[in-house]
Amino acid sequence: MKLIIAYIQPERLGEVKKELFDTEIYKMSVTNALGCGQQRGYTEAYRGVIMEVNLLKKVRLEIAVNEDFVKSTLDAIIKGARTGNIGDGKIFILDLAECIRIRTGETGDLAIG
Amino acid sequence: MNAADTFFVLMSAALVMLMTPALGLFYGGMVRTKNVLGTIMHSFIILALISIEWVLWGYTLAFGPDVGGLIGNLSWLGLHGVGLTPNPHYGATIPPLAFMIFQGMFAVITPALITGAFAERIKFSGFVLFTLLWATLVYNPLAHWVWGAGGWIQKMGALDFAGGTVVHISSGAAALAAVFVVGKRRGYGRTRYIPHNLPMTITGAALLWFGWFGFNAGSALAVNGLAVNAFVVTHIAASSAALTWVLAEWRLGGKATTLGAASGAVAGLVAITPACGFVGPLSAIGIGGVAGLLCYWGVSLKSRFGFDDALDVVGIHGLGGIWGALATGLFASKAINPSGANGLFFGNPSQLFIQFVSVIVSIAFSFVMALIILKVVDKLIGLRVTDEEEEAGLDVSMHSETGYSF
Repeated sequence: MKLIIAYIQPERLGEVKKELFDTEIYKMSVTNALGCGQQRGYTEAYRGVIMEVNLLKKVRLEIAVNEDFVKSTLDAIIKGARTGNIGDGKIFILDLAECIRIRTGETGDLAIG
Repeated sequence: MNAADTFFVLMSAALVMLMTPALGLFYGGMVRTKNVLGTIMHSFIILALISIEWVLWGYTLAFGPDVGGLIGNLSWLGLHGVGLTPNPHYGATIPPLAFMIFQGMFAVITPALITGAFAERIKFSGFVLFTLLWATLVYNPLAHWVWGAGGWIQKMGALDFAGGTVVHISSGAAALAAVFVVGKRRGYGRTRYIPHNLPMTITGAALLWFGWFGFNAGSALAVNGLAVNAFVVTHIAASSAALTWVLAEWRLGGKATTLGAASGAVAGLVAITPACGFVGPLSAIGIGGVAGLLCYWGVSLKSRFGFDDALDVVGIHGLGGIWGALATGLFASKAINPSGANGLFFGNPSQLFIQFVSVIVSIAFSFVMALIILKVVDKLIGLRVTDEEEEAGLDVSMHSETGYSF
């Protein structure tokens, strides 16, 4: 089992979701996030005073998948999120120790699927 | 008593009343989330506080029978004798009671303008005491000098139609004093003080613009050509200044901003205030246009000097007011107002000098008195919130409320 965490541009969320659905991956958590990487942020100006704003709006996706779905999930996220510009985002893949479905008490692969 | 004139002055008073809560919105949007209520409260409570002050002793000090050109005497204390029989000095066709309430709204908004300078860090009790003392000891005498029958600045021949010196220069100078005494906000130079709600600021600016028609046109105290002229040039100057401010920042800083448009409009309104009863439409374009550029430059100065004039009271009301008063000495024309005077551009250079004197006197008087009052209040009950209170924000620490609960 793997936990896939992806930070993507908010405006790519629709595309990424569409790609995931097309590969029959329907389970995900999405949260709004603030952060920055290579872009370093942007500037705002108030009454002529320039202020550097370091944190950009991003979207964080979390998807827990069984081993045989890892590759197709990653492909779908990349296909949906990639524009080729700085700021497209990053994907982290973590080993998942356990998963429990609260309603039934099922664990492991069964709980994820 | 003329019914139309009286109605006009009462409606104008209502318009000017709206300006003070509007100023609360204008300022409230520019502070951080945690200080929005504290900032709006400054304006709102002044509306109540100074209205009572005005009725009890303010009106008689400002407009009561003259004592040596310096102050009104106390014979109208508590509005004693201020009734319905017109007084030729203060609107010959309207009841003195209507004039009193119209002027009361001016007395209210002036100290409210100052609050932008010490926003986000003033103690509520200290602010209330300062406001009461400043209104009594600075606003009332100054209003008498400029507008009171027998006031010495008026006798000198200075032109101030709706309050450039009394309202804007005096509040700008007091704001500068407050910046020195109250000091910088915590984290000045390290923290970014980003406006938390610009739509609120724009709403406030729009309502200020609207109310300003009462402020300026109402100062004619009658439904006549002067009121029409004041109404029209007020609108022109606001428009002109909003355009020049936005063009300046677009050209120099990058983009045209909403805060720039709102600030420019207010700067134009400030500048036209003393002039609106003496200048024509094309002059108003010039006065507003220069005001937008000048105040845009003015607000950029504070960071160079390290002054934390939080919401640019000095840059906009101080500088805009000074320009307006001097511009009156340049652009005033007897063709617009026969009972006024000609300015420099209409062949009378001495008017500019008279205006200059009235500017210097207003700045010096308000600045020095504000400095003294602030020091005294600081000694008596303190002006500054504690570090913890400032960190938590004035909303919670001064008022036990929060502006937004998402």
